[in-house]
Amino acid sequence: MIPDPGLRKPGELKLETGGKNRLAHGHHDERTMARETSQSYRQLLTYSVLLTALVSVVPLVLMTGANHRQYWQTMKSEMRQPIARLTSNARMSIEDFIEKHLAALTYLANDRSHDELCDQLRLATTLANLKESFHGFVDIGILDEQGRQSYYAGPYDVKNKDYSGHDWFREVCVKGQYVSDVFLGYRNLPHFIIAVKKSQAGGGRFQALRIIQTQTRFSGNLLERCPLEVPPYSTRTELVDSVDKTGKQLFLGYAYLNQTPFILMVLERQEDVMKNWFSLRNDSILLLVGSVAVLLVVILGGCSYFVNRIREADFSYRRALHNIQYTNKMASIGRLAAGVAHEINNPLAIINENAGLLKDIVSLKAAQPGGHDFVKIANAILKSVTRCKAITHRLLGFAKRMDTTTETIVLETLLREVLGFLGREAEHRNIQVNVTVDADLPQIESDRGQLQQVFLNIVTNAFAAVQDGGKIDISASSHDPGHVAIAISDNGHGISKENLEQIFEPFFTTKQEYGTGLGLSITYGIVQKLGGGIEVESTVGVGTRFTVILPLRNQKVAE
Amino acid sequence: MENLTVLVVDDEEELAFALAERLKLRGIDAEACTTSEQALRRIEDSVYDVAILDVKMPGMGGVCLMNRIREKRPSLQVILFSGHGSEQEREEGLGGGAFDYLVKPFDIEELVQTILTASGGSRKSS
Repeated sequence: MIPDPGLRKPGELKLETGGKNRLAHGHHDERTMARETSQSYRQLLTYSVLLTALVSVVPLVLMTGANHRQYWQTMKSEMRQPIARLTSNARMSIEDFIEKHLAALTYLANDRSHDELCDQLRLATTLANLKESFHGFVDIGILDEQGRQSYYAGPYDVKNKDYSGHDWFREVCVKGQYVSDVFLGYRNLPHFIIAVKKSQAGGGRFQALRIIQTQTRFSGNLLERCPLEVPPYSTRTELVDSVDKTGKQLFLGYAYLNQTPFILMVLERQEDVMKNWFSLRNDSILLLVGSVAVLLVVILGGCSYFVNRIREADFSYRRALHNIQYTNKMASIGRLAAGVAHEINNPLAIINENAGLLKDIVSLKAAQPGGHDFVKIANAILKSVTRCKAITHRLLGFAKRMDTTTETIVLETLLREVLGFLGREAEHRNIQVNVTVDADLPQIESDRGQLQQVFLNIVTNAFAAVQDGGKIDISASSHDPGHVAIAISDNGHGISKENLEQIFEPFFTTKQEYGTGLGLSITYGIVQKLGGGIEVESTVGVGTRFTVILPLRNQKVAE
Repeated sequence: MENLTVLVVDDEEELAFALAERLKLRGIDAEACTTSEQALRRIEDSVYDVAILDVKMPGMGGVCLMNRIREKRPSLQVILFSGHGSEQEREEGLGGGAFDYLVKPFDIEELVQTILTASGGSRKSS
């Protein structure tokens, strides 16, 4: 899980910019680092997700696409074969049909004499025999050379009709035999004619009529122009992809029929033929989309988890490194402080004792001329020695890393003890100090002496920050079930954002020659040692609020 | 207080003698010396109620000197003082039998009070 930057443990830092400066110290630049690196982790997450998605989703999509294409081609090929077969078989059947009927008429024309053919009764018998032997004949007629149908057997009243102007009549006169296109003619019904010229004197002709065209599914009404383009001529049966007038894909099988003006066309809509394929394709697309969605969710979740683990590990490492650096820094400064204090304390002691001796000689021995001035000078020296002593003792205090001792502490008592050190100054400067402690505030187990130093440092700073007549509020309350919070607020001059970032650093001071810059650094070190944390909020010109958060039990000591 | 004798030992001559003088002005019979060897000789020759020893001295330091003094004068009370003021040094001194451990620079009245208490025979617990 990504850690919520709003949740802080004691000892962590939060700095907010704007009108109010806020800093919770513990891992001073940890949050800054977090801000700087959070973009890197987001980038890492993005790259991880993209890369993982790329190596998992893309092959899946490509594989599905390739399978789709291959399966489509296989299916299409398998679906085309029956259509091609059907076209071919139909072609053979129709050509056979035309050829047999043509042969039958040719046989009749050649076998029978003109008179036999012109016998009306026999013509009717011949039609009946032809119908029985060769399905499809409707009627039969015999035309003379002028195109008049002299003899006729069949259900229509077309005897003595003149066909001299009809295309088929002219064609059969030239070619000897002819299969016509479909037309309405005198019967007003779609039909075509198979005609044979009898090459004997008299010039009679046979004609056979047959109604062949039925309603179509896809290609318009009877005798309308076919909406499909005429396919290119081929002597073989062909199968091609085509598109109907509504834009739907078709399988088109066709064949030019021998001895006729007909083109046999077999049409199948691909969506009908490939219905199973489309169903399968939809299923596979659904499966693909589902798989990709699951993959993306898993990738996103997995990558988030791992990036968060990396971030947590990095933060732990940085926190540990920071602590080590801080500890080393404090140890080095401690050694330095001790050395400096020692080196200064010795000459300071000499000054102290000799100035003291001077004062003693003048003040304890018999009065001497100008003695009062000597005492005054000696006091000035001793006063400076006292100031220096305070500084060197603070340095030594910084260097001391005493082990914590734990005892049960009533915070209100402790706070009032600390305020006891400053009571006179508060009275003198008319500073109002209010202490508010929750009635149910639990006692804590901690180090009394070190806590006194912590609160003394903070309250001393508050005294330094406020003007005469200023106000300092101290409150203690429960922070959470395991911690208490002690807030020290003042209405002093406040701390600028730049200074706020450094106040816990050793030797940082704004008190010029009066401060060592160690007070808050020591305070921070102690609070951390006691297992707590410290936060600061400050607004320049308004005031500052320090909040010390302490555990009810110091786990660090307990361990 | 008239019979109270004190030996001040510090390698810083100005400090040792000024301190001895100030104690004398307060009615304590104080002597000063600047090396541990001198101090040991003085102790062999004279009797003191209290010895005030600097911890950090060239050669034999205050704690070592205290141990040597104890061999010769087990009843002699020792007050250690140092400019270092480290906790380890303090514990080492008090653990070795010193009556008190003071950090330089100290207040003369505080020292006098400590001397009086030490000479009264009551030792602070370490």
